[in-house]
Parts: sequence; structure tokens; C-alpha cells
Amino acid sequence: MAVQWDLYNPEDFYDELFSAKGQPRQSAAALIKWMQGLRPDELQQHRETAQIALLKLGVTFSVYSDNQGIERVFPFDIIPRIISAQEWQTLEGGLKQRIQALNLFLNDMYGEQRILNDGKIPHEVVFSATGFLKPCIGLKPPSDVWCHITGTDLVRDREGQWYVLEDNLRVPSGISYVLENRRVMKSTFPAIFQTLAIQPVDDYPSHLLETLLNLAPPQLPDPTVVVLTPGIYNSAYFEHSFLAQQMGVELVEGRDLVVVDGYLQMRTTQGLRRVDVVYRRVDDDFLDPHVFRPDSLLGVPGLMDVYRQGRVALANAPGTGVADDKVVYAYVPEMIRYYLGEEPILSNVPTYLCWQEKDRNHVLNNLEKLVVKAANESGGYGMLVGSSSTEVERAEFAERIKANPRNYIAQPILCLSRVPTLIDHQVEGRHVDLRPYILHRGDDIYVHPGGLTRVALRKGSLVVNSSQGGGSKDTWVLNHFHE
Amino acid sequence: MLSRVADSIYWLNRYIERAENIARFVDVNLNSMLDMPPGVTQQWEPLVITTGDRDVFQERYGEATSDNVIHFLTFDSNYPNSILSVLQLARENARSVREVISSEMWEEVNQFFLMVKEASQAGALGTLPDFCTQVKLASHRFAGVMDATMTHNEGWHFGQLGRLLERADKTTRILDVKYFVLLPSVQWVGTPLDQIQWMALLKSASAYEMYRKSQHRITPNGVAEFLILNRQFPRSIHFCLAQAEQSLHQITSTPRGTWCNPAERALGRLCSQLGYLTIEDVFENGLHEFLNQMQIEINQVGNQISKTFCAVEPV
Repeated sequence: MAVQWDLYNPEDFYDELFSAKGQPRQSAAALIKWMQGLRPDELQQHRETAQIALLKLGVTFSVYSDNQGIERVFPFDIIPRIISAQEWQTLEGGLKQRIQALNLFLNDMYGEQRILNDGKIPHEVVFSATGFLKPCIGLKPPSDVWCHITGTDLVRDREGQWYVLEDNLRVPSGISYVLENRRVMKSTFPAIFQTLAIQPVDDYPSHLLETLLNLAPPQLPDPTVVVLTPGIYNSAYFEHSFLAQQMGVELVEGRDLVVVDGYLQMRTTQGLRRVDVVYRRVDDDFLDPHVFRPDSLLGVPGLMDVYRQGRVALANAPGTGVADDKVVYAYVPEMIRYYLGEEPILSNVPTYLCWQEKDRNHVLNNLEKLVVKAANESGGYGMLVGSSSTEVERAEFAERIKANPRNYIAQPILCLSRVPTLIDHQVEGRHVDLRPYILHRGDDIYVHPGGLTRVALRKGSLVVNSSQGGGSKDTWVLNHFHE
Repeated sequence: MLSRVADSIYWLNRYIERAENIARFVDVNLNSMLDMPPGVTQQWEPLVITTGDRDVFQERYGEATSDNVIHFLTFDSNYPNSILSVLQLARENARSVREVISSEMWEEVNQFFLMVKEASQAGALGTLPDFCTQVKLASHRFAGVMDATMTHNEGWHFGQLGRLLERADKTTRILDVKYFVLLPSVQWVGTPLDQIQWMALLKSASAYEMYRKSQHRITPNGVAEFLILNRQFPRSIHFCLAQAEQSLHQITSTPRGTWCNPAERALGRLCSQLGYLTIEDVFENGLHEFLNQMQIEINQVGNQISKTFCAVEPV
């Protein structure tokens, strides 16, 4: 059966590839024309080939509560999402601005706390954030950079307007799928890559390695960089291993590391060896049982002492979680104005803060029109999508909000933009978001072109998380500008 | 290299080699059973005995029928040394060191595992010989890919150690199958059936043609000598251990003939013992007893390697 592109209808949604039924956007015209020229069933065959390739490569993620076995292939759709060069330019500028402000905020929070003292952000918001780590007060990371690697989630509404949904400043995942998806796309559709000018993505590991090497104490001729993983049962283990491999550095677990003679060292077959930079993919709480959770076996006892003395660098620095708390998020535009003296290029989604009485009342009265999120959860857990919830669920959330208002925010339900997606031999619109990756090196901020496009494969669903049945698409940022 | 990584590469290779050798066991028995005269009871229990896991088997299965034994050795996910289980372990080890081994190696292990898993779900008993061949080939492919795509560095040598020690151990067990098969019927020694069984055994060790070229006539002494003492045949115990010794000395840079840790000492002693042994010595003290002793000593070498390089001691 051939895919009937002429039947595809963007309906009442913002579609990333079509402006109206039968009318591809300028940036997508070449792709759609080429796909229309494929033989019947060719698109499906390509999808199967791609899926088998990912299975063979072992590009998987783990699901904790899945009885079927712990690993799954991340579902992959072969119709890409396209971002024009103009659009990308705006996003890139907006993201750089945002990361810069967030970093100044982190530096301020664990230092002078000027923005609090000047009354721009209430003290209690920051002090009650679970990501605010008292042991980090007074720390001075190299070049005053706290957050070296960020994954910021963006969405577009019905009008095509971009919004920042959240900033992931702790250990954002997904870049490995961006690179592996592209690898599979290039081998599946080599022809289209020769005709369209698509920005390449393969150099991410080089940029990441440079960012990490920059963190090492300056006098070291050949610093040792490692990636610290919680181990093979972590849901993002594939990525940890992939990044270590692509950078050619060691992938270590907590049990491989030990603090001896005031330095962080790893246990090798030839004895102990010093480690200078750790790209840690372990959450703050688990980094050092002496300072944070005493029951943690994932980290290294004494690590924070070594870090404080500047004898090892950590990326990201511990404590960054305070800036991706969903309540603190509401104040990012304020941070941009305060620290940079600029107007935000990218907008926040309007956000109701349940700890404020007025907002809380509005939220409680309008639950079915809102998305409620716990301030400190991710992966699509701890949230309520009002429009698709039952009365019982809403009542339950209302209780939770009243019991712990600080822990909840609410946002209007945005109608996310859609991209044509291959569903049972035909193309149907499915909602997507976008997570670009940003590397902060102090003197320079690098935004990786594109990012991870996650797609809600279930019809009508707005939830794109892999743990909730989401898949992904390749994201093409075009090189040339249209007039 | 991280101790944990060295350990994982070592075990990755041991498990792949183990899978291959279980396939060989099953194959040797299938082949010799096919040539049994009518009326002779099929003997599958010897296979279980040579694994060293007879108690586990009896507790779970009771009678050693061909179906029981084959299922136990191939697809029993509760038996840690079945082909399915060792592949799962191999894959897990490979997954934990993906960033160190080559992508090709990882893909090979991953596909090997998927193939075995699929076969286990299909219940492929009817196509068992074919399955055994697939397993052996996949193991060779893995070894070939590793040899051709991974730098021959420390990690590679740990892999070699794992593979060669496992192979030496399994060669002793393949030889032992013959001993146990023959045990109840000493009057068959020297009969055509005896010949056929030795041939089946050589074939299962992929040694038949190579044996013919070097020894011509098939005799118990000849076969045992070939599989234990031959210095050129890659599955003979002596060959495996001598190669393993080379890898061990590459890791430590200690000259051969000397030692700086208990692993080198244990392996060095074993190699020189084999170097000066004759097959007559072996038969004088009993082949089965000799093989048994070999298994114990190879095991000790493995333990010493793990203690010397991989033990993650709390500091």
C-alpha cells in the first residue's frame, strides 16, 4: 500500500511539515516530494530496516516497571522533523541567552544571593527547592560555570509560537538517540541527504569532550576525563556508554572510584590512577554519601571534599537542580532581565504557582483545563493532564496540591504542534516536542543544531516521554536561508 | 585499564567460548548416538556428568532423557550454564564495557544473543544440529571480529585469557565425554563402534581433519595426545595454556620463565608440566584422573587471575 500524502490533513493543529492539506511548508517541500516518489510500501520497509538496525545496535532504554524485560528499543519514526535556518537562528539565540542567565543565577544562589536580596525572587522559593543544596554554598566551580550540559525542552502551540517547557540542568538524556537516529536515517535515505543541506550532528562528542577537557586544572598536560554512570540498570545506560565510547574516555561506576591521598582515583589493573574531570550522570543526591544521601552506593565517599579543593572537576556541578525546579522556572524571564538587562527571546509557558493563594485557587477551580506538574519530578511522572483525567484523579490531585502547595505548578494545556508520522501504513499527525542540547564553556556557549524530537505515538496524546510510550524522530536543521 | 572492565572482557570471552563448547558437547553426543547399533540405550547422562552440574540436573529433571538433557544444556534459563544463560551473561558483560570493546564486537554479541533467544522461543529441538552449527559459527565470528577490530592491548589480552582458559577446560570435558560413554561397556574398546565414537569426538572438537593429517590412524592414545599435548592444534590443552601464558605476560611485561604474581606462577607451572609430559604418562595414571586434575588446576589459574587483577578490594 502506498502512503497517500494527498490525504494527509494537518487539521486544526500547527503542523511542522505542512501549512495546509496538500501544501508542504517551503522547508519541507523537497522532502515531501521525494517521499511521494517512493514505491508503494517502500516507506514501511525503510521503517522496518531502521528499527531492526536500532535493535541490532542495541540502541535501547530501560524501563523500571516493565515485566517484559528491562530493555526496549526507543520507537523511531522515519519521517523527520524539519526546522528552517531562520527559525533555528532565533532558537539558538534564545537558548544561549537563557543558559547564560541560568548560570549567573546558580552562581548567585551559591554565592551572594543578590537576586533574592533585591526582591526579584522570593527567598522561600529558592530555600524550599529540593535541588537547592546547602553543602554547595560557597563553591567556586572553574570559570564560574555550573551547568555545562543542558537539555532544554521546547514546544510550539497551535499558532506555531515557541515556548520553553522546562530546563534540564541536572543530567539531561537523549543526545545519543539524536546521533544514532541520524546514523540510521543516513543509511536509510542516503539520497535525500545529498540534495538537502542538513546541518550535520556527528561532532557533538568532540564538542562535549572539549567542554570537559576545559574544566581540568590548567597545568595538566593530559587530563583524565571519565563518565560516571549508575550502572547497566539505569534507564539511560546506553547513552552513558555511548558518550564514553564516542569520546574515547573511561566509563566508570562508583565502585571503580576511590578517594586516596586527596585525589579522586580509579582502580585499574595496574593500580590506582588519578581522575581529573568527571562527567557525572548520577544525580546530586547520590554523588557522595558523606555529604548527601548516606545510603548511596552509586557515588564516591569523599568526592565532594576533593571537588571543593579544586582537585577534580564535575560536570554538571552539584546543586544545579535548584534552577530546574518547576517553580523556580517561572522566574527565568526575571533572571534574564536582572542579570543580562535583556528581554527574553524565548517565552515561558504561563505558569500558576500553587504556593500563591490566588494562583492555587485558580488551579483548583480549573483543573480540567490545566496540566499540573510536581515541581521535582521528570519523565512524565507526577503529572495530571486535566483534559484527559477522570474526576477521581482530579480530586486526588486537588488533595495533593492542598497538602503540599509548594510542590505543584499548573500550566494551560498547550496544543503541541504535530508532525506527519507513519502509523499503520499511513501518515497521521502526532504531537512533538524538542530538546536541544547546549554546552556552556564559560567563554563560549554552543547549541547543538537540532536536538531530540520526541513524538507522542498514541493518537491525540500530548505525553512524549519514552517511559510513557513516546518515540523519537530525526530533527533536521536546514543550512540555507529561504528568501 | 579499569579492573572491572578487565574482568568483564575476560568473562565476556569465557561465556562466548562456553556457549560454543556446550554446542560441541551436544553435537558430539548427537553424532555418536546416531551411529549406535539398534538396541543400545542412548546415553545422555555422561553429558550432564561432564558439566559438573549433575546434582542440579537430577534435582530438577530426574531422568536423563535426550530431551531433558538437551533442554537443560541449551535453553534452560534457570540453569546458569545453559547456552541461553551464558549468552545472556556474555551480553550483559559486553553491555557493561561497550565503550571499550569495538562496536562490531558488541553488535556480534547482541545478534548472537538475539539468535539464541529466538531459537529458544521457537523450541528448535528438531533443528538441533543446525542450531549447534550456528552457535559455533557465531562464536568464531565473535573471536574473528575481536581479533580484527580491537586493539591488541591489555583488554584484548584479558579477553584472550578468558577464551583460552575456557577452551582448555572444555577440551578436557569433551575428552571426558568419551570416557563416560565408554564406561559401562569396556568390551567395546577397539571395536568399530569405538572408532566411530573417537571420530565423532574429534569432529566435535573440529579436530578430525587436522588429526588425520598429523596422526593418520585413530587410536585412543593418538586422539588423547592430539587434544592434550599437540603444540600446534588450537584446541589442544597445551596450545591453549601456552597462548594464555603469553597473553598473561603481555599484560604484566614480566619475561616468560619468571613470575611476579601467583597467576603467572600457577599458569607457568602448568605449562611446563604439559611441556614435558608424554601421553604414556597420562594413561599410566588414568586419563579420567588426569583430566580431572587438569580441570582443578585450570580453575585455580582462573581464580588467581581474578585475585591478582580484578579483585575490587575496599581501600
